[in-house]
Amino acid sequence: MTARRACLCLALLLGAGGAARADDGITFVSQGGSYQAAQTQAILDPVARQLGISIDQDSAPDAWAEIRTQTATGKAFWDVVDMPAKDCARGGVRGMIAPLDYAAIPNARDLPDAYKTPWSVAYEFYSSVLAYNTDKYGDAPPRSWADFWDVKKFPGTRALRDNPLATIEAALLADGVPPDRLYPIDLDRAFRKLEQIKPYITVWWTSGAQAAQLLADGEVDMEMAWSNRVSAVQREGAPVGFTWNQGLLQYTSLCILKVSPHIATATRFVDAAIGRQVQADLTRYTDNGPGNPRAYDIGAIPPARLRDLPNTLDNARRQALVSTEWWSSPAGDEAMRRWLTFVRH
Amino acid sequence: MAASRKPPLRAEALLAASLLTPALLLVAVLLLVPLLWLVWQSVRQDGGFTLAHYARLVTDPAYGATFLQTFRISAIVTLACVVLGFPVAWAAAESGPTLRALILALVVLPLWTSVLVRAYAWIIVLQRTGLVNSGLEALGLIHRPVILVNNEFGTIVATTHILMPFVVLPLYTTIRTIPREVLAAAASLGGTPAFVFTRVYLPLSLPGLLSGAALVCVLSLGFYITPELLGGGRTYTVSMLIARNIALYDEWGAASSVSVALLACIFLIFFLAGRIVPIDRIVGTR
Repeated sequence: MTARRACLCLALLLGAGGAARADDGITFVSQGGSYQAAQTQAILDPVARQLGISIDQDSAPDAWAEIRTQTATGKAFWDVVDMPAKDCARGGVRGMIAPLDYAAIPNARDLPDAYKTPWSVAYEFYSSVLAYNTDKYGDAPPRSWADFWDVKKFPGTRALRDNPLATIEAALLADGVPPDRLYPIDLDRAFRKLEQIKPYITVWWTSGAQAAQLLADGEVDMEMAWSNRVSAVQREGAPVGFTWNQGLLQYTSLCILKVSPHIATATRFVDAAIGRQVQADLTRYTDNGPGNPRAYDIGAIPPARLRDLPNTLDNARRQALVSTEWWSSPAGDEAMRRWLTFVRH
Repeated sequence: MAASRKPPLRAEALLAASLLTPALLLVAVLLLVPLLWLVWQSVRQDGGFTLAHYARLVTDPAYGATFLQTFRISAIVTLACVVLGFPVAWAAAESGPTLRALILALVVLPLWTSVLVRAYAWIIVLQRTGLVNSGLEALGLIHRPVILVNNEFGTIVATTHILMPFVVLPLYTTIRTIPREVLAAAASLGGTPAFVFTRVYLPLSLPGLLSGAALVCVLSLGFYITPELLGGGRTYTVSMLIARNIALYDEWGAASSVSVALLACIFLIFFLAGRIVPIDRIVGTR
């Protein structure tokens, strides 16, 4: 009797940690900083309460290599990842990301098809916009990528992101390609146009924080930057402005690791995390737009906030949506590889 | 007699070997095995043998340019550390105990500060609106800001600052052991200060100088954070390329081949340097 009870206790002790996690907990991964803190307040904590699950958090600015390792070893420390939609799709094709069970994600019906792949749903929006120093350009700032490329009419130091995503699109827009004719991308044309501006680029930035700092400190006079980063330094009083005109709308998506042992719980989490209410609440803490466009319809976002959000109808009309489909195709991989040679040569 | 002394010697060697075993095992497990694994991965693709990862190093001009820039930065940083570090080590070795403690503390103190913090500090100092530029403008020496950061120059400045202690400390210990009488003797025999320095002082300090320079050279080849933050995207080092290749090619091999090539380059450089400068003789005799 005592022996049996001892055994039971031991089994409970050994099994408790793992078993509890397996049933009602997930590890969620995003990109850290104030962006992830905003999600914790608006989405992660409320969803954890609503579903009665525990949500552990981790951060990785570039989750790809880590997901690859976890897939290769078959040991998942992560379950749900918030990362660029094209990486979710790339991972899906390579067997690193699990296909989503859309029957268990009713909230996904709010999303247009362009925001979904078999492996991912849109989670939040951001935009790569043309930002500039208002002290430098005053009443006549650059308003299009053609202006950005016009170094005679708009002298000054410039920065672009050290990444072809959205930068290639900006080059094509500067070259006169209409926003609805960007895809499939003409890489030769884009790189020809990029070669023109290359000598005038002071910095190729690699992180959103760096881009914001370059502009706020006056190190560059105009640059491509993420709108939420620009509006954040704007609020701190930095002399910076930006235009939605020809902005390149992008979104990150939620996807689930294929080796995750908690796929059912992870799927419930994904559904809840793209719900209208929590998605609308996200805009109370950041200038990222909701991945669920119906979040704009429930009256939960104050009209004053709309000006700074990238994917309201008014703001989105002036921008182009970056194609997840094209960037996760072999042509997208090709663009990434040619970029390295372009920047380095 | 000789025969009777042999067994204890062998026992001693055996004891020494057994004492070394844990260390050797550690080196084998932590260094050799991963290294072999790295080489193995660099010739694998989709479960088969391939040289594609190495072919890319030769055919894509971006790789050659990156290697060249990495070694150029390393050479300049090493030279700068030696030239700037020598007077510091000399001053520390020659001054009284209080001043010496102060100098050494100033050399070592930055080592306790995070590399990240120091990189950001250099951005603040060197940027267009930074201390150096606004100072020079206030003095009327320049009329528009000079670009000092977000390029190779800024990277070299910060890397030199970070690696300087690695030259100063070994150099300082070596200089401390130079007998003062030798210098006095050289001077008393009619050597001018310049002669005494180049023919006596410098050769005797070479072991510390060379080990410090070698340390800085190798360490700077692996720098990642500093060129990433201060290089402005145009200063690419091999370590950045390695990280980038994992994302780009989705194959460990693409990154492994770059690591192996870097390692081979370092060995080659030290081999060639050893042929020209008799490193073992200089370092070994002491």
